[in-house]
Amino acid sequence: MKNVIEVNNLRKEFKAYSSRTGLKGAFRDLLTRNYKVVPAVNDINFSVKKGEMVGYIGENGAGKSTTIKMLTGILTPTSGEISVNGMNPHKEREKFVQTIGVVFGQRSQLWWDIAVQESFRLLKKVYKVSDADYNSHMNHVIHTLDIEPLLDKPVRKLSLGQRMRCELAAALIHNPPLLFLDEPTIGLDVLVKLKIRDFLKEINEKYQTTILLTTHDLTDIEALCERVIMLDEGKVIYDGALKSLQEKWGEGKELQFQFLEPVEMTAVQNLTSGIPVKWDLNKKEQIFTATLEDNDELISQIIAKVVAEFKIKDIKINETSTEEIIRNIYEKGAV
Amino acid sequence: MDKYLEMIRIRFLMMLAYRTNYYTGILIYSINIGAYYFLWSAIYGTKEQIVGLSVTQMTTYVAVSWMARAFYFNNLDREMALEIMEGKVAVELIRPYNYLGMKVMQGLGEGIFRLFFFSAPGLIIVYFVFPVEFTWDLSVWGLFGLSILLSFFINTELNLLTGITTFFLYNNAGLIRAKRVVIDLFSGLLLPISFFPGWAQDVMKFLPFQGISYFPSMIVTKGFSHPQAIDAITQQFVWVILLFFPIQLLWSLAKKQLIIQGG
Repeated sequence: MKNVIEVNNLRKEFKAYSSRTGLKGAFRDLLTRNYKVVPAVNDINFSVKKGEMVGYIGENGAGKSTTIKMLTGILTPTSGEISVNGMNPHKEREKFVQTIGVVFGQRSQLWWDIAVQESFRLLKKVYKVSDADYNSHMNHVIHTLDIEPLLDKPVRKLSLGQRMRCELAAALIHNPPLLFLDEPTIGLDVLVKLKIRDFLKEINEKYQTTILLTTHDLTDIEALCERVIMLDEGKVIYDGALKSLQEKWGEGKELQFQFLEPVEMTAVQNLTSGIPVKWDLNKKEQIFTATLEDNDELISQIIAKVVAEFKIKDIKINETSTEEIIRNIYEKGAV
Repeated sequence: MDKYLEMIRIRFLMMLAYRTNYYTGILIYSINIGAYYFLWSAIYGTKEQIVGLSVTQMTTYVAVSWMARAFYFNNLDREMALEIMEGKVAVELIRPYNYLGMKVMQGLGEGIFRLFFFSAPGLIIVYFVFPVEFTWDLSVWGLFGLSILLSFFINTELNLLTGITTFFLYNNAGLIRAKRVVIDLFSGLLLPISFFPGWAQDVMKFLPFQGISYFPSMIVTKGFSHPQAIDAITQQFVWVILLFFPIQLLWSLAKKQLIIQGG
């Protein structure tokens, strides 16, 4: 299948100015300023196929938004090549943006003071959508996102969740084959999140819409994306299936115990001294956590020993969560 | 083209969304015209004419230039500066239209709204309150219409230029304010250009500002003869075209070094 997005050695540098100290320094700053060239995106390569849903993740300031802005033609790359939908986003901006939809979670693309439907009407004209296409497509979108009652309200009177649903609908007016979502679920409650996820899945299946998603909410990624691209300090540190990331990093299991009576840490450690296990104690809630490899035999042994010795209030067996995996990777800065 | 017309409609809706602004605008303009009327009648005293303008012509000049200002004036520079500073320009750039073209259309929408719902009723009130004299010669009004349209374009182009500098300066509130004062003074809004000293008038001839207010007001007060009016409109037209080039140049530079502020 054809690649919708192709990125080769993409690089974006910013000048970071720094002020000199003191009054003398301030006067010197008037004439010449110190600056460092900082690469926000550092020679990255990746490609995305049609119909894929890709999670683009990384810490704050890793370069996610900068990449999205280059892919959508807003920023000019310092060097490297981008081809999206077969076009160079920056060079043919007006023609190119006709083929994409973008949602910036932190910025509104609707007009603040006027009713939502007026914004839609303007966007319909801007994207040159015919009445027939608009009606058949948007009626469905409006229905699924449940925004019908909001259409005649000015945007400034909508709640964040209501607004985000309208933003998503606005980005889909021209039914683009490629959708960029930059933190679309930021600050939303669980119900709205679920609604948005279901909707994204649906359009992905129905129209084979390619979706590139950045988010800090890893449950979004788990629910939607099979593939993740992970960025750290402007470099791609992982590009592949979410599953293999989980398998590779999430091998261990976690056993959580809460006891009825106060228990010493050393007592627990002594009890399981022969077994390769690491104990942690959450002092505040008195939760003992045993981390060990994913081996049924070992797990049964530990449970058997602990249960035989102490009175149990609660036991949990957890797999390492994606969040933890990602946190580990962020902390190490490599996969 | 459809989308640009739709933008004018949206701007109408936005103007209507803030009615208080609209009413206070009318009040401020009436106060301004009144203040200038009393100022000028004091200056004229018993004199019949100053620099070829009678007191009635002067009052008409003031009234017309303020009403024309309602049409050509807009805050596009401030809006652009705000959009750039807050990073909203990112959203504008993901839409399939020309950002500057859309800005001009927003300004035009605002101008047309004010012309019909603000200047026109305002002029009727002024006509009954102050001793102004309007010509009933339709060709003069035709020339005036053409002239204020060109004023709009000159003023808007200057606004765009000021607005684009935000891309390089990040904060240009001072520049915007300076531009506004310069335009009010040198465009002939506060004082007709013919009142300036001779050397200043010569300098003015090489600047675009008098095309913003002085020319249309002189046309409608009949301070200009017909050939003079045609000449003035031609000059305005030349400025509209000349100012187009630095805008394109700055804009292409700005896009290359654009930084979206705030994530």
